[in-house]
Amino acid sequence: MSTEAVVVEKIEEKKSEPLFSKKNKKLISNPLDMDNPITVQILGVCSALAVTTQMKPAFVMSLGLTIVTASSNVVISAMRDTIPSRIRIIVQLAIVSLWVILVDQLLKAYVYDVSKQLSVFVGLIITNCIVMGRLEAYAMGNKPWPSFLDGIGNGLGYGLILMTLAFFRELLGGGSLFGFKVFEAMGIHYTGNGLMLLPAGACILLGIIIWIQRTLNGHRESH
Amino acid sequence: MENLINIGVRSIFIDNMIFAYFLGMCSFLAISKKVKTAFGLGIAVIFVIGITVPINWIIQNKVLVPGSLAWLGEDFANIDLGFLQFIVFISVIAAITQLTEMAVEKFSPALYGTLGIFLPLIAVNCSVLGAALFMVGRPYNLAEATVFGIGSGIGWMLAIVALAGVREKMKYSNVPAPLRGLGITFILVGLMSLGFLSFLGFSL
Repeated sequence: MSTEAVVVEKIEEKKSEPLFSKKNKKLISNPLDMDNPITVQILGVCSALAVTTQMKPAFVMSLGLTIVTASSNVVISAMRDTIPSRIRIIVQLAIVSLWVILVDQLLKAYVYDVSKQLSVFVGLIITNCIVMGRLEAYAMGNKPWPSFLDGIGNGLGYGLILMTLAFFRELLGGGSLFGFKVFEAMGIHYTGNGLMLLPAGACILLGIIIWIQRTLNGHRESH
Repeated sequence: MENLINIGVRSIFIDNMIFAYFLGMCSFLAISKKVKTAFGLGIAVIFVIGITVPINWIIQNKVLVPGSLAWLGEDFANIDLGFLQFIVFISVIAAITQLTEMAVEKFSPALYGTLGIFLPLIAVNCSVLGAALFMVGRPYNLAEATVFGIGSGIGWMLAIVALAGVREKMKYSNVPAPLRGLGITFILVGLMSLGFLSFLGFSL
Protein backbone atom coordinates (compact mmCIF):
# COMPACT_ATOMS: atom_id res chain seq x y z
CA MET A 1 0.00 0.00 0.00
CA SER A 2 1.39 3.34 -0.91
CA THR A 3 0.82 6.01 1.65
CA GLU A 4 2.68 8.56 -0.37
CA ALA A 5 -0.17 9.82 -2.45
CA VAL A 6 -2.92 9.18 0.01
CA VAL A 7 -4.21 12.25 1.72
CA VAL A 8 -6.96 12.08 4.25
CA GLU A 9 -9.99 13.76 2.80
CA LYS A 10 -12.94 14.97 4.76
CA ILE A 11 -16.26 16.25 3.68
CA GLU A 12 -18.17 18.79 5.64
CA GLU A 13 -21.29 17.03 6.64
CA LYS A 14 -24.65 18.72 6.34
CA LYS A 15 -27.96 17.38 7.52
CA SER A 16 -30.00 18.02 4.39
CA GLU A 17 -27.55 17.12 1.67
CA PRO A 18 -29.16 15.60 -1.44
CA LEU A 19 -28.00 12.08 -2.32
CA PHE A 20 -26.24 13.21 -5.49
CA SER A 21 -25.02 16.65 -4.53
CA LYS A 22 -22.14 18.27 -6.42
CA LYS A 23 -19.66 17.07 -3.82
CA ASN A 24 -20.90 13.50 -4.03
CA LYS A 25 -20.72 13.52 -7.82
CA LYS A 26 -17.12 14.63 -7.54
CA LEU A 27 -16.41 11.55 -5.43
CA ILE A 28 -17.19 9.49 -8.51
CA SER A 29 -15.68 11.68 -11.22
CA ASN A 30 -12.40 12.63 -9.49
CA PRO A 31 -10.88 9.12 -9.36
CA LEU A 32 -11.48 8.76 -13.10
CA ASP A 33 -8.85 11.34 -13.98
CA MET A 34 -7.17 13.77 -11.56
CA ASP A 35 -7.16 11.36 -8.66
CA ASN A 36 -6.95 8.05 -10.51
CA PRO A 37 -6.04 5.20 -8.15
CA ILE A 38 -3.50 3.64 -10.52
CA THR A 39 -1.86 6.50 -12.35
CA VAL A 40 -1.88 9.12 -9.59
CA GLN A 41 -2.23 7.39 -6.22
CA ILE A 42 -0.04 4.40 -7.27
CA LEU A 43 -2.48 1.93 -5.74
CA GLY A 44 -3.47 -1.48 -7.08
CA VAL A 45 -0.76 -1.70 -9.72
CA CYS A 46 0.00 -5.42 -9.35
CA SER A 47 -3.32 -6.74 -10.54
CA ALA A 48 -3.66 -4.00 -13.16
CA LEU A 49 -0.64 -5.40 -14.96
CA ALA A 50 -1.28 -9.07 -14.37
CA VAL A 51 -4.89 -9.57 -15.48
CA THR A 52 -4.95 -7.35 -18.55
CA THR A 53 -3.78 -9.71 -21.30
CA GLN A 54 -7.43 -10.06 -22.34
CA MET A 55 -10.50 -7.88 -22.01
CA LYS A 56 -12.77 -10.44 -20.34
CA PRO A 57 -10.76 -11.18 -17.17
CA ALA A 58 -9.93 -7.47 -16.91
CA PHE A 59 -13.64 -6.67 -16.95
CA VAL A 60 -14.49 -9.30 -14.33
CA MET A 61 -11.61 -8.12 -12.16
CA SER A 62 -12.73 -4.46 -12.28
CA LEU A 63 -16.26 -5.50 -11.41
CA GLY A 64 -15.04 -7.61 -8.48
CA LEU A 65 -12.80 -4.87 -7.16
CA THR A 66 -15.52 -2.23 -7.41
CA ILE A 67 -17.91 -4.42 -5.43
CA VAL A 68 -15.34 -5.22 -2.76
CA THR A 69 -14.13 -1.62 -2.37
CA ALA A 70 -17.61 -0.13 -2.19
CA SER A 71 -19.01 -2.69 0.23
CA SER A 72 -16.02 -2.78 2.59
CA ASN A 73 -15.99 1.03 2.57
CA VAL A 74 -19.60 1.00 3.75
CA VAL A 75 -19.01 -1.58 6.49
CA ILE A 76 -15.84 0.06 7.82
CA SER A 77 -17.40 3.50 7.66
CA ALA A 78 -20.42 2.29 9.62
CA MET A 79 -18.23 0.90 12.40
CA ARG A 80 -15.43 3.48 12.22
CA ASP A 81 -16.05 4.86 15.71
CA THR A 82 -15.82 1.48 17.41
CA ILE A 83 -12.55 0.21 15.86
CA PRO A 84 -9.54 0.64 18.18
CA SER A 85 -6.82 2.28 16.09
CA ARG A 86 -4.08 -0.17 17.15
CA ILE A 87 -5.72 -3.20 15.59
CA ARG A 88 -7.54 -1.47 12.76
CA ILE A 89 -5.46 -3.09 10.01
CA ILE A 90 -6.43 -6.59 11.13
CA VAL A 91 -10.09 -5.58 11.44
CA GLN A 92 -10.00 -4.04 7.97
CA LEU A 93 -8.32 -7.12 6.49
CA ALA A 94 -10.90 -9.41 8.08
CA ILE A 95 -13.81 -7.46 6.60
CA VAL A 96 -12.20 -7.17 3.19
CA SER A 97 -11.48 -10.89 3.10
CA LEU A 98 -15.11 -11.68 3.90
CA TRP A 99 -16.20 -9.76 0.80
CA VAL A 100 -13.46 -11.28 -1.30
CA ILE A 101 -14.48 -14.80 -0.26
CA LEU A 102 -18.04 -13.98 -1.36
CA VAL A 103 -16.89 -12.64 -4.75
CA ASP A 104 -14.57 -15.61 -5.23
CA GLN A 105 -17.31 -18.15 -4.50
CA LEU A 106 -19.70 -16.31 -6.86
CA LEU A 107 -17.13 -16.30 -9.67
CA LYS A 108 -16.43 -20.00 -9.17
CA ALA A 109 -20.14 -20.74 -9.29
CA TYR A 110 -21.13 -18.69 -12.35
CA VAL A 111 -18.06 -17.97 -14.52
CA TYR A 112 -15.70 -20.83 -13.70
CA ASP A 113 -13.36 -20.41 -16.70
CA VAL A 114 -12.72 -16.73 -15.95
CA SER A 115 -12.19 -17.59 -12.30
CA LYS A 116 -9.53 -20.13 -13.34
CA GLN A 117 -7.87 -17.56 -15.58
CA LEU A 118 -7.68 -14.98 -12.80
CA SER A 119 -6.12 -17.64 -10.50
CA VAL A 120 -4.66 -16.05 -7.38
CA PHE A 121 -5.58 -12.51 -8.35
CA VAL A 122 -9.11 -12.67 -6.99
CA GLY A 123 -7.65 -13.62 -3.60
CA LEU A 124 -5.16 -10.83 -3.98
CA ILE A 125 -7.97 -8.25 -4.00
CA ILE A 126 -7.59 -8.56 -0.20
CA THR A 127 -4.16 -7.01 -0.38
CA ASN A 128 -5.04 -4.79 -3.30
CA CYS A 129 -3.82 -1.44 -2.15
CA ILE A 130 -6.85 0.38 -3.53
CA VAL A 131 -9.16 -1.31 -1.05
CA MET A 132 -6.87 -0.77 1.95
CA GLY A 133 -5.89 2.71 0.80
CA ARG A 134 -9.46 3.92 0.47
CA LEU A 135 -10.44 2.36 3.80
CA GLU A 136 -7.58 4.14 5.55
CA ALA A 137 -7.87 7.44 3.73
CA TYR A 138 -11.60 7.80 3.34
CA ALA A 139 -13.90 5.34 5.04
CA MET A 140 -12.26 5.76 8.46
CA GLY A 141 -13.28 9.42 8.51
CA ASN A 142 -16.53 9.69 6.57
CA LYS A 143 -20.17 8.60 6.62
CA PRO A 144 -21.31 5.39 4.86
CA TRP A 145 -23.02 6.98 1.83
CA PRO A 146 -20.08 9.17 0.68
CA SER A 147 -17.79 6.22 1.43
CA PHE A 148 -19.90 4.01 -0.82
CA LEU A 149 -19.63 6.56 -3.65
CA ASP A 150 -15.90 6.87 -3.05
CA GLY A 151 -15.56 3.09 -3.38
CA ILE A 152 -17.57 3.02 -6.60
CA GLY A 153 -15.59 5.95 -8.01
CA ASN A 154 -12.22 4.40 -7.28
CA GLY A 155 -13.38 1.04 -8.62
CA LEU A 156 -14.42 2.74 -11.85
CA GLY A 157 -11.15 4.65 -12.09
CA TYR A 158 -9.29 1.38 -11.68
CA GLY A 159 -11.57 -0.29 -14.24
CA LEU A 160 -10.99 2.51 -16.74
CA ILE A 161 -7.21 2.02 -16.73
CA LEU A 162 -7.62 -1.77 -16.73
CA MET A 163 -9.90 -1.75 -19.74
CA THR A 164 -7.64 0.66 -21.65
CA LEU A 165 -4.61 -1.53 -20.97
CA ALA A 166 -6.49 -4.73 -21.83
CA PHE A 167 -7.87 -3.17 -25.03
CA PHE A 168 -4.41 -2.43 -26.42
CA ARG A 169 -2.81 -5.60 -25.10
CA GLU A 170 -5.45 -7.93 -26.50
CA LEU A 171 -5.77 -6.02 -29.79
CA LEU A 172 -2.04 -5.74 -30.49
CA GLY A 173 -1.00 -8.96 -28.80
CA GLY A 174 -3.65 -11.35 -30.04
CA GLY A 175 -5.54 -9.37 -32.68
CA SER A 176 -8.86 -9.81 -30.89
CA LEU A 177 -11.28 -8.01 -28.56
CA PHE A 178 -13.31 -9.95 -25.98
CA GLY A 179 -12.14 -13.05 -27.87
CA PHE A 180 -13.56 -11.75 -31.17
CA LYS A 181 -10.93 -11.85 -33.94
CA VAL A 182 -11.10 -8.25 -35.18
CA PHE A 183 -8.43 -8.39 -37.87
CA GLU A 184 -9.61 -11.70 -39.30
CA ALA A 185 -13.16 -10.35 -39.54
CA MET A 186 -11.84 -7.42 -41.58
CA GLY A 187 -9.91 -9.82 -43.78
CA ILE A 188 -6.46 -8.63 -42.71
CA HIS A 189 -3.78 -11.08 -41.68
CA TYR A 190 -2.30 -10.02 -38.35
CA THR A 191 0.56 -11.67 -36.51
CA GLY A 192 0.25 -11.04 -32.78
CA ASN A 193 2.93 -8.94 -31.12
CA GLY A 194 4.21 -11.17 -28.31
CA LEU A 195 5.78 -8.28 -26.40
CA MET A 196 2.32 -6.93 -25.57
CA LEU A 197 1.40 -10.15 -23.79
CA LEU A 198 4.54 -10.11 -21.64
CA PRO A 199 4.70 -8.28 -18.30
CA ALA A 200 7.31 -5.98 -19.83
CA GLY A 201 4.91 -4.81 -22.54
CA ALA A 202 2.26 -4.02 -19.94
CA CYS A 203 4.68 -1.91 -17.91
CA ILE A 204 5.82 0.10 -20.91
CA LEU A 205 2.24 0.54 -22.10
CA LEU A 206 1.16 1.78 -18.67
CA GLY A 207 4.11 4.18 -18.63
CA ILE A 208 2.93 5.59 -21.95
CA ILE A 209 -0.68 5.87 -20.73
CA ILE A 210 0.54 7.85 -17.71
CA TRP A 211 2.60 10.05 -20.01
CA ILE A 212 -0.41 10.85 -22.21
CA GLN A 213 -2.73 11.38 -19.24
CA ARG A 214 -0.33 13.77 -17.54
CA THR A 215 0.28 15.70 -20.74
CA LEU A 216 -3.47 16.21 -20.99
CA ASN A 217 -4.31 17.05 -17.38
CA GLY A 218 -1.13 18.88 -16.45
CA HIS A 219 -0.23 16.76 -13.42
CA ARG A 220 3.51 16.97 -12.76
CA GLU A 221 5.84 15.19 -10.38
CA SER A 222 9.38 16.08 -9.41
CA HIS A 223 11.93 13.29 -9.66
CA MET B 1 18.83 -31.32 -2.49
CA GLU B 2 19.20 -30.61 -6.21
CA ASN B 3 15.48 -30.15 -6.32
CA LEU B 4 15.64 -27.54 -3.53
CA ILE B 5 18.39 -25.57 -5.28
CA ASN B 6 16.37 -25.66 -8.45
CA ILE B 7 13.27 -24.30 -6.70
CA GLY B 8 15.40 -21.62 -5.04
CA VAL B 9 16.95 -20.45 -8.32
CA ARG B 10 13.59 -20.57 -10.06
CA SER B 11 11.86 -18.46 -7.43
CA ILE B 12 14.66 -15.88 -7.32
CA PHE B 13 15.28 -15.36 -11.01
CA ILE B 14 12.80 -17.04 -13.35
CA ASP B 15 9.55 -16.70 -11.40
CA ASN B 16 10.65 -13.42 -9.89
CA MET B 17 7.77 -11.94 -7.87
CA ILE B 18 8.13 -8.53 -9.49
CA PHE B 19 9.24 -9.17 -13.03
CA ALA B 20 7.23 -12.30 -13.74
CA TYR B 21 4.09 -11.85 -11.60
CA PHE B 22 3.97 -8.14 -10.69
CA LEU B 23 3.33 -8.87 -7.04
CA GLY B 24 4.19 -6.28 -4.43
CA MET B 25 4.37 -3.52 -7.04
CA CYS B 26 2.87 -0.82 -4.84
CA SER B 27 5.59 -0.71 -2.22
CA PHE B 28 8.08 -1.59 -4.96
CA LEU B 29 7.25 1.67 -6.73
CA ALA B 30 6.69 3.80 -3.65
CA ILE B 31 9.76 2.87 -1.60
CA SER B 32 12.41 2.56 -4.30
CA LYS B 33 13.76 6.09 -4.27
CA LYS B 34 16.81 5.30 -2.12
CA VAL B 35 18.94 2.13 -2.14
CA LYS B 36 19.32 2.09 1.63
CA THR B 37 15.64 2.07 2.56
CA ALA B 38 14.89 -0.29 -0.32
CA PHE B 39 17.44 -2.75 1.07
CA GLY B 40 15.97 -2.54 4.60
CA LEU B 41 12.46 -3.19 3.33
CA GLY B 42 13.75 -6.06 1.20
CA ILE B 43 15.29 -7.78 4.23
CA ALA B 44 12.06 -7.40 6.19
CA VAL B 45 10.07 -8.87 3.30
CA ILE B 46 12.43 -11.88 3.03
CA PHE B 47 11.96 -12.47 6.75
CA VAL B 48 8.15 -12.27 6.65
CA ILE B 49 7.73 -14.39 3.50
CA GLY B 50 10.27 -16.93 4.77
CA ILE B 51 8.23 -17.45 7.94
CA THR B 52 4.66 -17.15 6.66
CA VAL B 53 4.95 -19.53 3.70
CA PRO B 54 5.93 -22.59 5.81
CA ILE B 55 3.32 -21.69 8.48
CA ASN B 56 0.65 -21.38 5.85
CA TRP B 57 1.82 -24.66 4.29
CA ILE B 58 1.29 -26.42 7.62
CA ILE B 59 -2.14 -24.84 8.08
CA GLN B 60 -3.16 -25.64 4.51
CA ASN B 61 -2.14 -29.28 4.71
CA LYS B 62 -3.12 -30.05 8.30
CA VAL B 63 -6.31 -28.02 8.60
CA LEU B 64 -7.78 -26.64 5.38
CA VAL B 65 -7.51 -29.32 2.67
CA PRO B 66 -10.48 -31.74 2.57
CA GLY B 67 -9.62 -34.84 4.59
CA SER B 68 -6.63 -33.17 6.26
CA LEU B 69 -8.37 -33.02 9.64
CA ALA B 70 -8.20 -36.84 9.84
CA TRP B 71 -5.52 -36.53 12.54
CA LEU B 72 -8.23 -35.25 14.90
CA GLY B 73 -10.28 -38.43 14.52
CA GLU B 74 -12.59 -40.26 12.10
CA ASP B 75 -15.42 -37.75 12.41
CA PHE B 76 -13.38 -34.86 11.11
CA ALA B 77 -12.10 -36.58 7.97
CA ASN B 78 -14.86 -35.26 5.71
CA ILE B 79 -14.71 -31.58 6.63
CA ASP B 80 -13.63 -29.15 3.90
CA LEU B 81 -12.49 -25.80 5.26
CA GLY B 82 -11.00 -24.63 1.94
CA PHE B 83 -13.25 -21.57 1.73
CA LEU B 84 -11.56 -20.14 4.84
CA GLN B 85 -8.19 -20.06 3.04
CA PHE B 86 -7.98 -16.31 2.35
CA ILE B 87 -9.01 -15.17 5.78
CA VAL B 88 -6.72 -17.64 7.57
CA PHE B 89 -3.71 -16.81 5.40
CA ILE B 90 -4.13 -13.07 5.75
CA SER B 91 -4.56 -13.37 9.52
CA VAL B 92 -1.33 -15.36 9.78
CA ILE B 93 0.48 -12.77 7.70
CA ALA B 94 -0.91 -9.83 9.67
CA ALA B 95 -0.03 -11.54 12.95
CA ILE B 96 3.54 -12.39 11.87
CA THR B 97 4.05 -8.85 10.62
CA GLN B 98 2.84 -7.48 13.94
CA LEU B 99 5.16 -9.88 15.82
CA THR B 100 8.11 -8.94 13.61
CA GLU B 101 7.43 -5.30 14.30
CA MET B 102 7.31 -5.83 18.06
CA ALA B 103 10.44 -8.01 18.04
CA VAL B 104 12.43 -5.50 16.02
CA GLU B 105 11.22 -2.67 18.25
CA LYS B 106 12.34 -4.54 21.37
CA PHE B 107 15.67 -5.95 20.27
CA SER B 108 16.97 -3.41 17.82
CA PRO B 109 15.51 0.07 18.29
CA ALA B 110 18.00 1.48 15.77
CA LEU B 111 16.79 -0.78 12.97
CA TYR B 112 13.21 -0.07 14.03
CA GLY B 113 13.88 3.62 13.58
CA THR B 114 15.02 3.11 9.99
CA LEU B 115 12.34 0.61 9.03
CA GLY B 116 9.53 1.87 11.29
CA ILE B 117 6.86 2.86 8.82
CA PHE B 118 7.61 0.13 6.28
CA LEU B 119 7.16 -2.78 8.66
CA PRO B 120 3.35 -2.68 9.04
CA LEU B 121 3.06 -2.13 5.28
CA ILE B 122 4.40 -5.63 4.66
CA ALA B 123 1.06 -7.09 5.78
CA VAL B 124 -0.54 -5.62 2.67
CA ASN B 125 2.37 -6.39 0.35
CA CYS B 126 0.78 -8.58 -2.31
CA SER B 127 3.92 -10.65 -2.75
CA VAL B 128 3.54 -12.16 0.73
CA LEU B 129 -0.04 -13.34 0.22
CA GLY B 130 0.81 -14.13 -3.41
CA ALA B 131 3.64 -16.46 -2.37
CA ALA B 132 1.27 -18.27 0.02
CA LEU B 133 -1.35 -18.70 -2.71
CA PHE B 134 1.18 -19.88 -5.32
CA MET B 135 2.56 -22.35 -2.79
CA VAL B 136 -0.93 -23.86 -2.44
CA GLY B 137 -1.23 -24.26 -6.20
CA ARG B 138 2.02 -26.22 -6.50
CA PRO B 139 2.76 -29.67 -5.06
CA TYR B 140 5.50 -28.59 -2.63
CA ASN B 141 6.48 -30.35 0.59
CA LEU B 142 7.43 -28.38 3.71
CA ALA B 143 11.14 -28.00 2.85
CA GLU B 144 10.38 -26.98 -0.72
CA ALA B 145 7.77 -24.49 0.47
CA THR B 146 10.31 -22.90 2.83
CA VAL B 147 12.93 -22.60 0.08
CA PHE B 148 10.29 -21.20 -2.26
CA GLY B 149 9.28 -18.59 0.33
CA ILE B 150 12.80 -17.42 1.07
CA GLY B 151 13.69 -17.45 -2.64
CA SER B 152 10.68 -15.31 -3.52
CA GLY B 153 11.71 -12.85 -0.83
CA ILE B 154 15.29 -12.66 -2.12
CA GLY B 155 14.02 -12.14 -5.66
CA TRP B 156 11.81 -9.29 -4.46
CA MET B 157 14.70 -7.68 -2.59
CA LEU B 158 17.04 -7.91 -5.60
CA ALA B 159 14.40 -6.27 -7.76
CA ILE B 160 13.70 -3.35 -5.42
CA VAL B 161 17.41 -2.68 -4.77
CA ALA B 162 18.14 -2.75 -8.51
CA LEU B 163 15.29 -0.35 -9.27
CA ALA B 164 16.35 1.99 -6.46
CA GLY B 165 19.88 2.02 -7.89
CA VAL B 166 18.61 3.02 -11.31
CA ARG B 167 16.23 5.64 -9.91
CA GLU B 168 19.02 7.29 -7.91
CA LYS B 169 20.86 7.82 -11.20
CA MET B 170 17.69 9.08 -12.93
CA LYS B 171 18.11 12.40 -11.09
CA TYR B 172 20.82 13.32 -13.57
CA SER B 173 18.81 12.68 -16.72
CA ASN B 174 16.51 15.03 -18.54
CA VAL B 175 13.16 13.28 -18.64
CA PRO B 176 10.14 14.96 -20.34
CA ALA B 177 8.13 16.65 -17.58
CA PRO B 178 4.86 14.66 -17.82
CA LEU B 179 6.82 11.40 -17.85
CA ARG B 180 8.77 12.20 -14.69
CA GLY B 181 8.25 10.13 -11.57
CA LEU B 182 5.79 7.31 -12.07
CA GLY B 183 5.74 7.21 -15.87
CA ILE B 184 9.45 6.73 -16.43
CA THR B 185 9.58 4.28 -13.52
CA PHE B 186 7.06 2.02 -15.25
CA ILE B 187 9.06 2.10 -18.47
CA LEU B 188 12.20 1.28 -16.46
CA VAL B 189 10.47 -1.68 -14.80
CA GLY B 190 9.36 -2.88 -18.23
CA LEU B 191 12.92 -2.79 -19.55
CA MET B 192 14.28 -4.53 -16.45
CA SER B 193 11.60 -7.18 -16.83
CA LEU B 194 12.77 -7.76 -20.41
CA GLY B 195 16.26 -8.28 -19.02
CA PHE B 196 15.00 -10.86 -16.56
CA LEU B 197 13.46 -12.79 -19.47
CA SER B 198 16.96 -13.97 -20.31
CA PHE B 199 16.75 -16.29 -17.29
CA LEU B 200 13.85 -18.10 -18.94
CA GLY B 201 14.47 -21.77 -19.53
CA PHE B 202 17.40 -21.72 -17.12
CA SER B 203 17.42 -24.76 -14.85
CA LEU B 204 19.90 -26.56 -12.62
